[in-house]
Amino acid sequence: MTKSELILRLSEQNPHLYQRDIEKIVTTIFDEISEALARGDRVELRGFGAFSVKKRDARVGRNPRTGASVHVTQKFIPFFKTGKQLRERLNTE
Amino acid sequence: MTQETVTRAQLSEAVYQEVGLSRNESSDLVETVLNEISDALARGEMVKISSFGSFSVRQKGQRIGRNPKTGEEVPIMPRRVLVFRASHVLKSRINQTLAELDPPHIEVA
Repeated sequence: MTKSELILRLSEQNPHLYQRDIEKIVTTIFDEISEALARGDRVELRGFGAFSVKKRDARVGRNPRTGASVHVTQKFIPFFKTGKQLRERLNTE
Repeated sequence: MTQETVTRAQLSEAVYQEVGLSRNESSDLVETVLNEISDALARGEMVKISSFGSFSVRQKGQRIGRNPKTGEEVPIMPRRVLVFRASHVLKSRINQTLAELDPPHIEVA
């Protein structure tokens, strides 16, 4: 399912809403999550899961092709932990 | 700087501010969005949200695990796990802001 398919499904379930507004709703939700992560905040959606950011320290890496060592700067990575309810659902249906 | 936790309440509030719906309807829609995504994943479908990331379901085989406390061997049953892959857009957005802030509370992984 893609974002546009999600929007279509939601439009079918909510015929009283403009598709334009549904699009805005979906975009707003993911923008809010992204913004929170960009501030270093955590997003906790009980039953669904939690998004957080983790840090990878700077390290000396290697170019696997040439073997040359390269400096890899510190970076931040988004992380998702599946919620209990969803995890259980994946294994019962 | 301290870490805040964003929940459904803030997502609903953002939807309420952005779209001309009631607070109740805004929170219902946030719930519906999460439900639709969960339903698709439970069906085994991959969910791709452009410029955010993708969720996919991966089948794990049975393996022998160990109780870390007792050292006892326990079989881990075959199961389905959810994997989230952040898009490049999200990764670079996060790195742009956090590179400067470098908040001390963020755990090193």
